[in-house]
Amino acid sequence: MPETQTLTKVFARPRSLTDKRFTYCPGCHHGLITRILGSAIDKLGIQEKTVIVAPVGCAVFAYEWFRCDGVQAAHGRAAAVATGIKRARPDLTVVSYQGDGDLAAIGTAETIHAANRGEAITVIFVNNQIYGMTGGQMAPTTLDGQRATSCPEGRDPATMGHPLRVAELIATLAAPLYVTRQSLHDAKHIAQATQAVEKALRYQVEKRGYSLVEIVANCPTGWKMPPQKANEHIAGTVTKVFPLGDLVDRG
Amino acid sequence: MPKGKAVVDAERCKGCGLCVTACPFGVLELSATYNSSGYPVAAMAHPEKCTGCALCAQTCPDVAIEVYREKAASGSAAGGST
Ligand SMILES: Cc1ncc(C[n+]2csc(CCOP(=O)(O)OP(=O)(O)O)c2C)c(N)n1
Ligand code: SF4
Ligand code: SF4
Ligand code: SF4
Ligand SMILES: [Mg+2]
Repeated sequence: MPETQTLTKVFARPRSLTDKRFTYCPGCHHGLITRILGSAIDKLGIQEKTVIVAPVGCAVFAYEWFRCDGVQAAHGRAAAVATGIKRARPDLTVVSYQGDGDLAAIGTAETIHAANRGEAITVIFVNNQIYGMTGGQMAPTTLDGQRATSCPEGRDPATMGHPLRVAELIATLAAPLYVTRQSLHDAKHIAQATQAVEKALRYQVEKRGYSLVEIVANCPTGWKMPPQKANEHIAGTVTKVFPLGDLVDRG
Repeated sequence: MPKGKAVVDAERCKGCGLCVTACPFGVLELSATYNSSGYPVAAMAHPEKCTGCALCAQTCPDVAIEVYREKAASGSAAGGST
């Protein structure tokens, strides 16, 4: 019997993704997060009603990867842009996709106040502990002692502060519906992160509340680490500083 | 006959190797073939061991893998996989 007649496709490219090839480096978790988001959009059947707000950073073209409407915000302002879209069109599902330099440095004010107002948006926060796009400078999330091009001797907390825990910070507010931190360093965590992204989108569709899904991600290029090594670093070191799990679930 | 098949889109693959580590059955390896971007391409080195579990595809950051699995014969109770 010909093999093709007995095999069915069990994993395909999400329909809500375009055919374009990602511009990310080999092994970069931005691509995986894009796929997870695409799978969640497919599962909820919301492709026609979703708007992706892209950041400044390596994900600057994020709106190119989805067969959805999209816009690219000024650096750090994605949550404010998403707020405007959602208030004008509450029937749409609005996703603010942001890196840690974007969300937690230049965009700190927009981030915190959108969360505090409980804007009914979904924020996907890619915490790769570095400014990937601009050449590996220190981010607010860079680990103590971690080397970056702007702290070549390693982050010194005495003068540079400790890594900023965004999910914990947002979880102190009264309005957010769902705040969680996830990781992608192995298949089990990829599955959990997928469920978290789905839940955050579902809450927006059903309950119209604010969600933040922080995803601990890699930057093999900025970290100067091969992708598998980077996954091991996340499992052994990064998740000790950024513990995983749900912080708020009022859904 | 293998229970599954992982098909790598050679032009999307960036040779990161994450699928090679993710596969629980040692099916995949980075081959000696390079794509037009200059990346070594992942391929099934041991296709007979593939179960179609799709862990490789779920791990691939470039959505370069599609997975096929043997359809459970109608009426068969055990071993059905969907
Ligand atoms: C107003 C403004 N300031 C600074 C920059 C330079 N810049 C581009 S990307 C970036 C940081 C990107 O880091 P992050 O948000 O962590 O994204 P990643 O590339 O790591 O995903 C900066 C500072 C800019 N484009 N615009
Ligand atoms: S620089 Fe880092 S974050 Fe940017 S695409 Fe490359 S690996 Fe990803
Ligand atoms: S489908 Fe499963 S067994 Fe087959 S190559 Fe992928 S990870 Fe390995
Ligand atoms: S995970 Fe994807 S991009 Fe990386 S080697 Fe495997 S098929 Fe290629
Ligand atoms: Mg970053």
